[in-house]
Amino acid sequence: MSVVLGVNDLQIAFGGVKAVDGLTFDVHEKEIIAVIGPNGAGKTSAFNCITGFYKPTGGSVVMEGTDITGHRPADIAAVGVARTFQNLRLFNDLTVLDNVRAGMHLNRGQSWADAIFHTPRFKRSEAAYTAEAHYWLDFVNFEGPRGVPIANLSYGQQKQVEISRALARKSKLLLLDEPAAGLNYTEKQNLLELCRRIRDLGTSIVLIEHDMGLVMELSERIVVMNFGREIAEGTPAEVKANPAVIEAYLGKDEEVEIDDNA
Amino acid sequence: MSGSTFKSQAPRRMGPVAAKVSGLLESKYLGWIALAAALLAPLLTASPYSLNVMTTAAIFVMLAAGLNIVVGYCGLLDLGYIAFMAVGAYTSGIVSRAFDLPLFFTIPAVLVMTILAGLIIGAPTLRLRSDYLAIVTLGFGEITRITANNLAVTGGPSGIYGIPKLLTFGDFSVHSPAVFYYVTILIVAFFVLASARLGKSRLGRAWRFVREDEDAAEAMGIHTYKVKLMAYIFGAVWGGFAGVLFASHLTAISPKTFIFLQSALVLMAVVLGGMGNMRGVVVGALVISLLPELLRDLSEYRYLAFGLLLVVAMVFRPKGLWPARPHEDERTGAEPQTAVDAAVSRGESR
Repeated sequence: MSVVLGVNDLQIAFGGVKAVDGLTFDVHEKEIIAVIGPNGAGKTSAFNCITGFYKPTGGSVVMEGTDITGHRPADIAAVGVARTFQNLRLFNDLTVLDNVRAGMHLNRGQSWADAIFHTPRFKRSEAAYTAEAHYWLDFVNFEGPRGVPIANLSYGQQKQVEISRALARKSKLLLLDEPAAGLNYTEKQNLLELCRRIRDLGTSIVLIEHDMGLVMELSERIVVMNFGREIAEGTPAEVKANPAVIEAYLGKDEEVEIDDNA
Repeated sequence: MSGSTFKSQAPRRMGPVAAKVSGLLESKYLGWIALAAALLAPLLTASPYSLNVMTTAAIFVMLAAGLNIVVGYCGLLDLGYIAFMAVGAYTSGIVSRAFDLPLFFTIPAVLVMTILAGLIIGAPTLRLRSDYLAIVTLGFGEITRITANNLAVTGGPSGIYGIPKLLTFGDFSVHSPAVFYYVTILIVAFFVLASARLGKSRLGRAWRFVREDEDAAEAMGIHTYKVKLMAYIFGAVWGGFAGVLFASHLTAISPKTFIFLQSALVLMAVVLGGMGNMRGVVVGALVISLLPELLRDLSEYRYLAFGLLLVVAMVFRPKGLWPARPHEDERTGAEPQTAVDAAVSRGESR
């Protein structure tokens, strides 16, 4: 299995706060990795460093042999990294289909002169855009209306559209920031199944997630962060048994005892 | 996750008349109907005064169509848009007088100069966001006017006069106001159509993505700076060509024409009409350019009335007279084949 993404000693500091401090992990082809940790552990900051929204203050990010550390987000997306956001970042005033078309921007070129004169080539291009947008909405089993502004849709449906927009990018790596947040049980089961189908397309997935049931069932490896540092890495079983992880989530034994006495 | 709970998507109940009007407004032939109306208008009234007013209104529509690309599609507040019109008008005036050419043959020069102007103004300013961009464009608009006021080649404060006709074939030239009106209408119609079509293309979508959420657009691989620069350049070219028509219409231009108030009026046309909706913007431009003429009977109170009407319009229709209502057909068939196509092209891109 070849390495798709290599993160080496990644660091970012905001003033004196080291939000990410020496994060290192590799993502292999067709692998699903979860990044977990308590709130404020630096998970989203790490994602933002990888995708270029923050400029790392140290370390490197290598995507399929290309060093993308500190590059512009658009250039990193062009190399093959797609992402979703922790709080939905959709184009609210645009239709569902247009939102998905955003993901296809780089894959499907089109000349503006063709657009002005409505040439047959333009019409073919637009038809292909529409068909592919439907394809990715079908892929995530989206059942809502597709021709209306996305702001009219429910939260769960918006999350589906955000994933299909990222899928339309057809990238080698997909970063999902809390994809299960706010979803009900059925929706989570669907997400689980969807992630596996995405993996089967040949896309590696890195997800930040707080739902431990989902993380344990889905991911092949887990990276655990706390206070910006990577405190554990391994299979779900290894991580579950790791004392440092238990401490990060539940605190030390002594503290628990003190609580009991109080 | 079913889509059955969206009341806002249920068709609104309306009477038969309202339904007909709404159908006509959404019709894809509306543009052609409007063009026909514009071409037939001189049959109703063809006095020099009314032709002058209608020609000016048509040029104003073209300006609004250009600014709509920048403000409406891409969401970049530009307070100095009239500078591009000045660049176009001065370039065509200077070149045509220097080489004794009809204005039509100055088009390549105008194209080059407006694109350059778009790049020069856009390249440094588009790195800024929102308020800062607005202030800097305001500054550039004034710089352009003051430069024209002080250069010898632009004729200083008195400007350029005796600008040649748009076209001359031997004895024939576009000099009758009626002929010039028709030529203007056709040119403006083309640019309005082109601007509307651009809005529904890959580039137009990229502009809207940038307007809606710059970070999300970047994450999808859209180079937001380049996309914004493209909007600026298209806006500049539209403004420049409006300037050529303007120079030809008045045969004289001076810096006093390109003051901030003009930029503000064009912006008002876009906002009043409905940002991003080409049809609304055309309506807005017509209102802004024709309303003061219709209010002429109020003599010195007409601008007061004009202002009041604009305030009332914005209070009752804050999103514009005719805002953009994004809507698409749900499905158009031919899925299985294209699904395969998508899967195949997916493999190729790897």
